[in-house]
Amino acid sequence: MIEDHRGIWVFAEVVDGNIAGVSLELLGAGRELADKLETPLAAVLLGHEVRHLTDPLIHHGADEVYVIDAPVLKDYRTEPYLAGMGKLARMHLPEIILYGATPNGKDIASAVATDLKTGLTADCTMLDVDVDKRLLEASRPAFGGNIMATILCKKHRPQMATVRPKVMKALEPDASRKGTVMEESLDMKEADIRTKVLEIVKGPGKSVNLEDADVIVCGGKGMGDEQGFQLIHQFAETIGATVGGTRDAVEAGWLSHDHQVGQTGETVTPKIYFAIGVSGAIQHTVGMKNSEMIIAINKDPEAPIFEVATYGIVGDAREILPVLIHAFDELLKEEVVSHA
Amino acid sequence: MHIVVCVKQVPDTKVIKINPKTNTLDRRGVPSIMNPYDAHAVQEAVRLKREYGGKVSVLSMGPPQAEAVIKKSIEIGADEGYLISDRAFAGADTLATSYALTKALEKISSASPIDMIFCGKHAIDGDTGQVGPGIASRLDIPPVTNITSITKVTKDYVELQRKLQDGYAHIRTTLPCLITIEKEINEIEYAPFPNMLKAVSCQPVVWNVDQLGEVDRKQLGLKGSPTVVGKMFAPPKQEGGHRLEGSPQEQVDQLLHVLQEKRHLFHKKGGAAV
Ligand SMILES: Cc1cc2nc3c(=O)[nH]c(=O)nc-3n(C[C@H](O)[C@H](O)[C@H](O)COP(=O)(O)OP(=O)(O)OC[C@H]3O[C@@H](n4cnc5c(N)ncnc54)[C@H](O)[C@@H]3O)c2cc1C
Ligand SMILES: Cc1cc2nc3c(=O)[nH]c(=O)nc-3n(C[C@H](O)[C@H](O)[C@H](O)COP(=O)(O)OP(=O)(O)OC[C@H]3O[C@@H](n4cnc5c(N)ncnc54)[C@H](O)[C@@H]3O)c2cc1C
Repeated sequence: MIEDHRGIWVFAEVVDGNIAGVSLELLGAGRELADKLETPLAAVLLGHEVRHLTDPLIHHGADEVYVIDAPVLKDYRTEPYLAGMGKLARMHLPEIILYGATPNGKDIASAVATDLKTGLTADCTMLDVDVDKRLLEASRPAFGGNIMATILCKKHRPQMATVRPKVMKALEPDASRKGTVMEESLDMKEADIRTKVLEIVKGPGKSVNLEDADVIVCGGKGMGDEQGFQLIHQFAETIGATVGGTRDAVEAGWLSHDHQVGQTGETVTPKIYFAIGVSGAIQHTVGMKNSEMIIAINKDPEAPIFEVATYGIVGDAREILPVLIHAFDELLKEEVVSHA
Repeated sequence: MHIVVCVKQVPDTKVIKINPKTNTLDRRGVPSIMNPYDAHAVQEAVRLKREYGGKVSVLSMGPPQAEAVIKKSIEIGADEGYLISDRAFAGADTLATSYALTKALEKISSASPIDMIFCGKHAIDGDTGQVGPGIASRLDIPPVTNITSITKVTKDYVELQRKLQDGYAHIRTTLPCLITIEKEINEIEYAPFPNMLKAVSCQPVVWNVDQLGEVDRKQLGLKGSPTVVGKMFAPPKQEGGHRLEGSPQEQVDQLLHVLQEKRHLFHKKGGAAV
């Protein structure tokens, strides 16, 4: 019975012994939905030696935390995680479960959906609820981001969605928040599991760290050619920024895929994002539009990038960048001198 | 070694147009292609066949035109193709899609047991990546998603590299298993001429629902799909900001003025932030 299902759950992903950023973001989003539906918000924490992580979950908005702590849950594997999620969901009947759209989050969500024979909306960027019908309205970009679709799961519970990292906002942690922790066991032995994790290798030579950059200078196809793109590198070097690129710039071979920002690249939220010679296709803007300040330089006044830009300069980047580089050079030289 | 690759025909999302008035897809003149990840999956299966022997089959669900992606797979080097095609499959979400494909895989397996099933990481139209893990759950075989390299295959297990958000995991899993393939795994090779000839004459095996054996029709197509598309809308437009004006030098001056308060964020390469 659909009516027997109550409560909103967030799958709390553990990365390097900490709660993943996306899970905290989902607690922020889940808090809002739970308040609208007047139902508790719970985090589900699976792992090995993770009990100390229940506090941050509560501080970020969870009313309840379900914990399963077992050696078989040390590294992520579908089988034991599915066993844990499946058991909890059958015991406690949540009405909504949210997962981060990370490799592991998508993997576990797909397995749970098939196990519980319920619907799963993928890669959402917007969440809301129809309070009367208690329906989750999960919206997602489809067809390469050309259109948004709202997906509903009317007759099955729980309603489930995976949600992209960095689109929802986490709440400021509040250490005075209280919540209940409920622990369950998992009856599964290592010998029962067909998949073994032999080794985990961290960031193999990920040469660029766009995610943590404060300032990103992103160049697009409008830089003309590889030589023109050097201006992007020069500018970034002048101000100590990280270089990003559009897919078209990457495909042109001007920089490696690690630098790509957008739907099929990185999602970034720097303090300042320069988009230079970038048209502002939706597949690009989904990856950068939450930057604090966006500065666009484009010679086409109609370019869609201006719709998301905080400040826009209409003009030829190959003329403007040298002026900008020179100006910053002077500015930063002054600084160095004045500190001396 | 028998590998079955699931291949999907998709509209080429690079050229898709949206009618801004009705927010519907304008499919006119939009070419259909093989989902790019599935092409890499077929290529990888063909590589394993070369190394370890065996057979590569491909399976697609779709309208009769989806035959094209099977022919494309034969070009890459697959040996045989199966198409399941029936109105009853129409409107399937990922749960109903994995059910239908699982029924076909069971039938293929009963004639020639399957060691590995490959799927793409995701399809570029629906873009969920949910079908592969769904099939694995239904067949009760281990799924391993986001695979960038298959490093070792024996008759009992495979070793693989699984892409994580930051790095990768080296994994061993027993056979049979289901693997979803990332693009980095290989480069698509040029089709050898004999394969092209073979593709032209290839006739995939086509099954409708009745030919799939015992199937619960309630789990197929629109009827078997818990999710429905509620509404489609244009992506939200953000409010445009401030246009700077004047000559390049004047615009740069204005920008610098604005950026004064953010000065602490800038620093010369190698130096500390000022
Ligand atoms: C499934 C899918 C996934 C995708 N994923 C991504 C993704 O992750 N990231 C991504 O970026 N794209 C992605 N794309 C591609 C995206 O749709 C666009 O094609 C791409 O972002 C365009 O890149 P661009 O802005 O560099 O080039 P263009 O669209 O060619 O724009 C160049 C711009 O430069 C301007 N310009 C030209 N000369 C000058 C000059 N001298 N000075 C100043 N301006 C100039 C032009 O006015 C134009 O606006 C994806 C597409 C699909 C279908
Ligand atoms: C706008 C829109 C939004 C949608 N959103 C959702 C949603 O959020 N949740 C949901 O459950 N469904 C959704 N669907 C339905 C979904 O697209 C279909 O169920 C589709 O049949 C399979 O999903 P996919 O394209 O995401 O495939 P994916 O799961 O991304 O495909 C992964 C792999 O599975 C295999 N595969 C998938 N389909 C086939 C096939 N027909 N034949 C052979 N192999 C195949 C391929 O190997 C493919 O690479 C949506 C559809 C549309 C049009």
